Amino acid sequence: MSERARRLLEIADDELILGWRDSEWTGIAPTLEEDVAFSSIAQNEIGHARALYELAAAELGSDPDALAFDRAPEEYRCAPFVELHLLDWAHTIARRYLYEEADRVRLDVLRKDDDAELAGLAAKIDREEVYHRMHAEMWAARLRDEPRFRAAVDELWPYALGMLEPALRPELARRTGLRVESTQAVERGEHTPELEELWNDMTEVRRSVPGATW
Amino acid sequence: MTRERVWKALEEIPDPEIPVVSLVDLGVIRDVAVDGERVHIELTPTFLGCPALEAMKRALEEKVSELGAEPSVAVIQDDSWSTDRITAAGREKLRAAGFAPPAPRAAGATTLVQLQSKAFRCPYCGSTDTRLENIFGPTPCRSIRWCESCRQPFEQFKTI
Repeated sequence: MSERARRLLEIADDELILGWRDSEWTGIAPTLEEDVAFSSIAQNEIGHARALYELAAAELGSDPDALAFDRAPEEYRCAPFVELHLLDWAHTIARRYLYEEADRVRLDVLRKDDDAELAGLAAKIDREEVYHRMHAEMWAARLRDEPRFRAAVDELWPYALGMLEPALRPELARRTGLRVESTQAVERGEHTPELEELWNDMTEVRRSVPGATW
Repeated sequence: MTRERVWKALEEIPDPEIPVVSLVDLGVIRDVAVDGERVHIELTPTFLGCPALEAMKRALEEKVSELGAEPSVAVIQDDSWSTDRITAAGREKLRAAGFAPPAPRAAGATTLVQLQSKAFRCPYCGSTDTRLENIFGPTPCRSIRWCESCRQPFEQFKTI
């Protein structure tokens, strides 16, 4: 697999799995407004995954649905950060905040890529993420002094670092005011047991009637 | 087959979610090229998370087939579509249907402070005494605002 396809799948898998996790708040968020917000954010992240899978599929001779749903759990390239099953509001907001900051650092690099297709898509995604960032920043500002939120950010920080390649980590630390030194990042490559549970749910319909069309 | 004939026909295709505007009004058709019996169309998504994208693509293919030509629709996934591409006629149709049209794209990204400002006009009564209720709405492209003047919620197109 080319370096380009590997990068595309890493980001697409992050967006798909986080979109899935965020969608778990549909119907049970603490307020109706957040129910709408999380559902919309999840839908958009999965839309980004679809667009990234399209580019990867064209290169790999596959199709976006096959990449999203027909791989075995160990073949996914997402970071453990997005796999965690966090049905706790402080942790959920901490993840949204850290994810959006890390995603911004990654997109800033991709937007300047020599590959025009990749750069163009990154610019499109970045423009839409502006609204996700606003939401995350609004909540982070609101919860900043809450001990539960602070603890959740500290707990998830090593996971967030693992989303980015080492060269980009100092920029994430600068943006968040957290530290790269003395932090052992939870690296991409190994998966948490939570991924397999999610994968079982996510692919259940697709596996029940392989090749079905809608 | 001529480009003009194709464009004319495409003007009849309603947006799948807001049928008062056409795909041409929305500015999502970036280019039409005729090559013998083949018609190439470049379609730009509004938001990548828009579930109507497939429906738009199918509607374009059907319309070209109705004209007796062979469609080839390419979805262009770059930053070339902006809410600034919605036509003046399209913006007016949106407003009349109760959707506040998007503000122009600024040099920098939209900020929360801007969304919380009083710069947005209620499509029902015209007042700018409106406030942001939710950045997100029923589809990725819309936010929810509240009009203090006529005391109604309304949908505001996000600027992208």
